[in-house]
Amino acid sequence: MKEPVKEQTVELTVNGDNYEINVHPLKRLLDVLREDLKLTGTKEGCGEGECGACTIHFDGEPALACMIPVCQADGAEITTIEGLSSDGRLSLVQEAFHQEGGTQCGICTPGMIMSATYYIDNPDSAENMREALAGNQCRCTGYKRIFDSVEEAFKNK
Amino acid sequence: MREDTPQEELNYVGKGTERVDTTEKLTGKAKYTGDLRMPGMLHAAVKRSPHARAKINNIDTSDAEAIPGVHAVVTGKEFDYKLGLYLVDKDVLARERVRHHGEAVAAVAAESPGLAEQAVKKIDVDYEVEEPVLDALEAIEDDDKLVHPELDDYDYFEPAFSPQPGTNVANHTKIRKGDVEQGFEEADHVIEREYTNPNVQHVPMETHVAVASWKEQDELDVHTSCQSPFTVRNLLCVAFDLPHTNVHVEVPYVGGGFGGKAGIGVEPLAACLSKKANGRPVKLEASREEEFSLLPCRSGLTYRIKSGVTEDGDLVAQKMTMFWDSGAYADYAVNVTRASAYSASGPYEIPNAHVDAYTIYTNKPYGTAYRGFGHVEFSWGLERHMDLLAETIDMDPLEFRKQNALKPGSITITGEKIVENTGNVTKCMEVAAEAINYGELTPEEKKRQEETGMKIAKSVSALHKAPAMPSFTATAAELRMNEDGSINADLSLTEYGQGTYTALTQIIAEELGFPPERINLSIKGDTDKAPYDWQTVASKGLLMSGNACIKAARDLLEKAYQDASEVLRADPCDLDHNENEIYIKHHPEESVTFSELAVGYAYPTGEGIGGPIIGVGRYMAQGLTNLDKETGQGEPALDWTYGSHGVVVEVNEITGEFNILKVASAFDVGKAINPANIRGQVIGGLIQGLGTTICEGYAYDDEGHLLNPSFTDNKIPTSMDVPEEIEGIVIETPQIDGPYGARGVGEHPMIALCGAIGNAIYYAAGADLTHMPIRSEDVWWALHKDEDRDRPRYSIC
Repeated sequence: MKEPVKEQTVELTVNGDNYEINVHPLKRLLDVLREDLKLTGTKEGCGEGECGACTIHFDGEPALACMIPVCQADGAEITTIEGLSSDGRLSLVQEAFHQEGGTQCGICTPGMIMSATYYIDNPDSAENMREALAGNQCRCTGYKRIFDSVEEAFKNK
Repeated sequence: MREDTPQEELNYVGKGTERVDTTEKLTGKAKYTGDLRMPGMLHAAVKRSPHARAKINNIDTSDAEAIPGVHAVVTGKEFDYKLGLYLVDKDVLARERVRHHGEAVAAVAAESPGLAEQAVKKIDVDYEVEEPVLDALEAIEDDDKLVHPELDDYDYFEPAFSPQPGTNVANHTKIRKGDVEQGFEEADHVIEREYTNPNVQHVPMETHVAVASWKEQDELDVHTSCQSPFTVRNLLCVAFDLPHTNVHVEVPYVGGGFGGKAGIGVEPLAACLSKKANGRPVKLEASREEEFSLLPCRSGLTYRIKSGVTEDGDLVAQKMTMFWDSGAYADYAVNVTRASAYSASGPYEIPNAHVDAYTIYTNKPYGTAYRGFGHVEFSWGLERHMDLLAETIDMDPLEFRKQNALKPGSITITGEKIVENTGNVTKCMEVAAEAINYGELTPEEKKRQEETGMKIAKSVSALHKAPAMPSFTATAAELRMNEDGSINADLSLTEYGQGTYTALTQIIAEELGFPPERINLSIKGDTDKAPYDWQTVASKGLLMSGNACIKAARDLLEKAYQDASEVLRADPCDLDHNENEIYIKHHPEESVTFSELAVGYAYPTGEGIGGPIIGVGRYMAQGLTNLDKETGQGEPALDWTYGSHGVVVEVNEITGEFNILKVASAFDVGKAINPANIRGQVIGGLIQGLGTTICEGYAYDDEGHLLNPSFTDNKIPTSMDVPEEIEGIVIETPQIDGPYGARGVGEHPMIALCGAIGNAIYYAAGADLTHMPIRSEDVWWALHKDEDRDRPRYSIC
């Protein structure tokens, strides 16, 4: 594989900010977010679409940033973990994870919170909470306190 | 350091204080090593061996070096650096031969990750492929096909280990208690069986990653995702022959470890690349695939147990032989072998015990520490075996366990006397059993059986583990008072999710009488600034660093009282303090605030006394000794944490499918410093143990190629796998030398869960399992093992 040479202009809206970047069309959206936009909150756990650590919202739907070539994101509206809190205040879901101890090492957390946030806003999108979070692997918590966090967020909705 | 303070008088210890490390993690602002970008930083990629065993005839790097943007290409022949904590057997890059599939043979540093990958592909390695040694039981017999013919030349930690040069045995640990042959003669039944476990991957969600800068005058800066900054520093200094003042290790947030980051990992190779790239920072970040084979895993184990029991249910003799398949390198596996040997009989008293535990080199990815440090693996066989023994004498397996459990007055297999404050494993078992309604099916369970056609069964297992560490392991903590009377605290554990830093904050707050919000315990590790700790491993952090924090807090208060006594013209014994000030007990209105004392007190005239108030505490593991090399007798254990799992399982007798309906686990933690975080740690450990039990493990082909280095083929539990009911129960028999009586529980939830589930499946369906993991197909094969069928190859072995 040759090092990418031919760049292309891609327009993105990320967390409400508009970007126009010159980038190889096949560069992963994950790398564009982390390297070009310096938004390192979105994590890579496997790079093959299995673990969910890189979950973002893509035009309002959860998506895996490691599986999306940036050319497919041209014109898309993207929300990352950095876009959830505002004015120094945690979002409803972040606050619930804080209270209920839903994070341990923290690598799965951004993706988990993106999936949980979507589920809380769209409770009909999955059969139940377990299914809604099934694409997000966590090795520390055993999921139980994440379930508690999501339930707490639902309560405070 | 136990204080007999009743819980109602404690302000912060024993409470569910919120974690101190979460806010940045929840917002994506926490910086991990992989998030770091440095000026001029290069990216590394590794050329890995496609063979399990081969001679390296030649490596041609010329095409790779010719690529513009490639700044360094390195091979093993350039370096003569050996690495190892206990047994120094590993090169930074393979030299002359490769010993396992996935081993690093060359590496590149280039302007971008893609360019580095491209250059790695251009490196041409000429191998002479040899037949690998893959089976530990064959390797131990095979003195002709040695994985390390040079074993005799390696340095090793002589007081604890016994390599056998001229063989594939990297270590042989012996434990001898009583007369095992005499014991077998006294037994009514002698039962022998073998149990096996595959290699398993830790799977921290953050892979290994380091950024190294080898600067002018051999100043080496390393940022790394590791559990043990001081061990990384020390091993880098030893390997590269650098003074300790030259090597600086920083540890930002760490995304999980589980033992896989206990020792040294990708740091030395990143350092070598940086040196060759004229000091530019080099980031080496393992891919998920590399995490499985470039980096270490959990060793495989074959455990042979021969037990003598009486008709009355007494375990009178046990001969235990452990064949640890350490793979190509054995640095850490030798200590897994040692620790599992001295614990080999589980939390049971065996009057006549005989253990031979071998660390065996093979041509597979190498083993290292993994949460439980050998105990998860041997407990699988041991706990299955306990039920087999109980069945032989027709005794209830829980009663059999309780009858043989270690209790005050018992003598362990290394000769340690158990006392009341060691903990109470019998109580753990009773509580776990009660929580699952052991011995009967509830009406709901009976109804469920009728509705599903599946059979429900229950089982209780027991466990113990002590920290495996050098007998002279030590740590320290430093507390510094800020101008406003708040505290900045430093120590060198790594907080990678366990919650220890929150518990330590509570302990410091309790000792000082300050609210936890006024304590800022630095999460980041830094060997230039924070005091020494050996490693963040072994479930020893809370006990040892907790004691160091208590001593540091007392030291800080003593300094503050000294200065206050001068200001107030009173003997320190007449002083007391609250959150804000030190005052004279019988004239409380005469006081001086911590804020006034914090960095030196100034009289109204301008004259000053005292100075910055700093407290230091250090703690050394108490009373541990080396074990006698011939008999294994001695004191290996800082503290024993006991535990027990109760499980409820339903099994489809036709298909072998099964569901785990309930897990209730009890642990004697001495004192729960933070009950909510213990629950988090316990449930996390249970689900990691569940992964080991139901799905995880390495699969190889006949040439030693690893077949499943990905999450597609090597599953870990997801939210769908969590049992409906899961309960962590805390028992508190105070540890006399534990902070507020506490002992560690980080690893224990994983241990012996597999045995409990295997036993319950046996009772439900009759599937007699002796190999982990247990998937539905394994249950099916166990139910059909008498039939003449060949099981497909390439299963997890």
